[in-house]
Amino acid sequence: MTAPDDSLETVRSVTNEGYKYGFVTDIESESAPPGLNEDTVRFISAKKDEPQWLLDWRLEAFRHWQKMESPEWAKLNIAPIDYQAASYYSAPKEGPKSLDEVDPELLKTYEKLGIPLSERAALAGVAVDAVFDSVSVATTFKSKLAELGIIFCSFGEAVREHPDLVRKYLGTVVPQGDNFFAALNSAVFSDGSFAYVPAGVRCPMELSTYFRINAAKSGQFERTLLIAEKGAYVSYLEGCTAPQRDENQLHAAVVELIALEDAEIKYSTVQNWYPGDAEGRGGIYNFVTKRGACRGNRAKISWTQVETGSAITWKYPSCLLEGDNSVGEFYSVAITNNRQQADTGTKMIHLGRNTTSTIISKGISAGRGQNTYRGLVRVQPKAQNARNYTQCDSLLIGDRCGAHTVPYIEVRNPSARVEHEATTSKISDDQLFYCQQRGLSKEDALSLIVNGFCREVLKELPMEFAVEAQKLLAVSLEGSVG
Amino acid sequence: MLEIKNLHAKIAEGREILQGIDLNVKAGEVHAIMGPNGSGKSTLAGVLAGKPGYEVTDGTVTYQGKDLLALSADQRAREGIFLAFQYPVEIPGVNNMYFLRAALNATRRHRGEPDLDAGQFLKAVRAKLKELEIGDDLLQRGVNVGFSGGEKKRNEIFQMAMLEPKLALLDETDSGLDIDALRLVANGINKLRAPDRAMILITHYQRLLDYIEPDHVHVLSAGKIVMSGDKSLATELEKRGYAMLGDAAA
Repeated sequence: MTAPDDSLETVRSVTNEGYKYGFVTDIESESAPPGLNEDTVRFISAKKDEPQWLLDWRLEAFRHWQKMESPEWAKLNIAPIDYQAASYYSAPKEGPKSLDEVDPELLKTYEKLGIPLSERAALAGVAVDAVFDSVSVATTFKSKLAELGIIFCSFGEAVREHPDLVRKYLGTVVPQGDNFFAALNSAVFSDGSFAYVPAGVRCPMELSTYFRINAAKSGQFERTLLIAEKGAYVSYLEGCTAPQRDENQLHAAVVELIALEDAEIKYSTVQNWYPGDAEGRGGIYNFVTKRGACRGNRAKISWTQVETGSAITWKYPSCLLEGDNSVGEFYSVAITNNRQQADTGTKMIHLGRNTTSTIISKGISAGRGQNTYRGLVRVQPKAQNARNYTQCDSLLIGDRCGAHTVPYIEVRNPSARVEHEATTSKISDDQLFYCQQRGLSKEDALSLIVNGFCREVLKELPMEFAVEAQKLLAVSLEGSVG
Repeated sequence: MLEIKNLHAKIAEGREILQGIDLNVKAGEVHAIMGPNGSGKSTLAGVLAGKPGYEVTDGTVTYQGKDLLALSADQRAREGIFLAFQYPVEIPGVNNMYFLRAALNATRRHRGEPDLDAGQFLKAVRAKLKELEIGDDLLQRGVNVGFSGGEKKRNEIFQMAMLEPKLALLDETDSGLDIDALRLVANGINKLRAPDRAMILITHYQRLLDYIEPDHVHVLSAGKIVMSGDKSLATELEKRGYAMLGDAAA
């Protein structure tokens, strides 16, 4: 039995729960004063005991950012953001040295989230790095992974322990000045995850980072760097939650993936930041830059995302297909309910010969949600025989929501073949009645239909998380049928 | 089991379709409701199953001692009412087996019975397939997705067999079927006849009744039952056509 087949049972247990991750952990934390200037950048860098080169790198990013404007091209209606009002660093006061020293309050928080950090209780086959506000609090299974030469640790630790690797790859996929939010992140990023899989090694477990914003009036700016050497394989998953708060909180992350020859990286996200209330008060502003480079021949990068949370989602996980015969994939489910807005999609940049990319995007809009797929497929002159297949499906629930599809296709090589299919459908009363006539409640019927609609994407998720994702879909759509 | 008294119903914000239906159905009985197009046959099935879009303006429906009209569509289903759809609905991406297990477990939970796990369910499925003499080719496909007309109807009958309803409403189950498919479906229905189960067959043509022998036949015309009788009434209708209704009214 596959995981998706258990959804209804689990869905039943979570419907009517609302956003169950909205609690706040009472923990003493140390924050930077609100505001953003060069001193803030220096403060963060000093807090983290960083080498001079990294401080310089941050400052360069900050100077870029100061000259940049917040992008306006997305189909998002965003109130002006006061970047001077937020705090750019927050960390639990008692920094842990090892798992045994982690503050019990923190452990409880992650247990509530269903992420046990003690290795005895840990999820089978999943190594977890937990990032709480600005710092990584615990990484499980480290020693076991180290036996294979796999490095999996917080970003800060990577800077201390593996500076050469960080320096070699940091910013090579997403340069500091890439865009407004990437520049902001590069200047003030606090922590994040780092993973390195050596040549020929197949990482035996899922690597996972769990992000939690806890402190009020703070943003989270984490940075993830993943390197798969020649012939390596790694599957990586990130999950995110935040307390329920009335004000908007900023999350601007950068993720860089590097896959060398014959390497494969599978990157999955279940994003469940607090979406705001039914009237659109509060919620996370999620501005994320994710990009992977297939640097070697036959490299493969696959993005899977389930985006259910956040008030605003601005996110385009992309692939640079540099190596010949390299492969890029993007599988996405994005849900907007109530007043949520999402502008999300991907960029597939074909540079090498015989490169192929697949894009499957499923957008679900309910309430007054606005959902936009925005995707670029670019075939460069040298990308002989490039292939792309894109499928964008939108599902509407109710008549006050919106779905939009904005594909950009740029082909500079005549041998390319690019296909784009798009559909928009509405959940019909007939479908709901059919399910109800077989005994399913209206909520269960809706969740069943939506899960069916998303099936092609959900089956790409690692088994451990497929069920969680389905639960989320049900919770996110609560109250969207009368 | 089912007692319909003076039932009036209209399409929401539309004309009245049912204009005073009276019908009594006892456990174990098979009733056929025949009538020309537009006489209200499918509306009757829809109103009994709780399909949205209809408004009951008068009358009562009592099902196993309960006020049926006060129950939602899914409650009615869990109470044992099954509607075999004239046009079964496609649900893309939802596995047929999975759908059926979810439906069956919803009903079992309602009856206070434990859920069937995947293994137990599969066993039950195999047993029913054998009993109905139908293949397992539809099980792993999406619910009704890309099914032929015959496959859809066969799937409805299979669902009915699995859900073991008390009252089955079969809405034009014979429509669009070739003779082989019709025989298969009729055979399934006959096997599901049981002393504690009632069935209402809604059909335009008599031919389904060549395979399924009803206990009672009713003729619906302009929202009312205008004639009732035994199976010979169906044969007479077949011979004389619905034009004979004019005679009856005279």
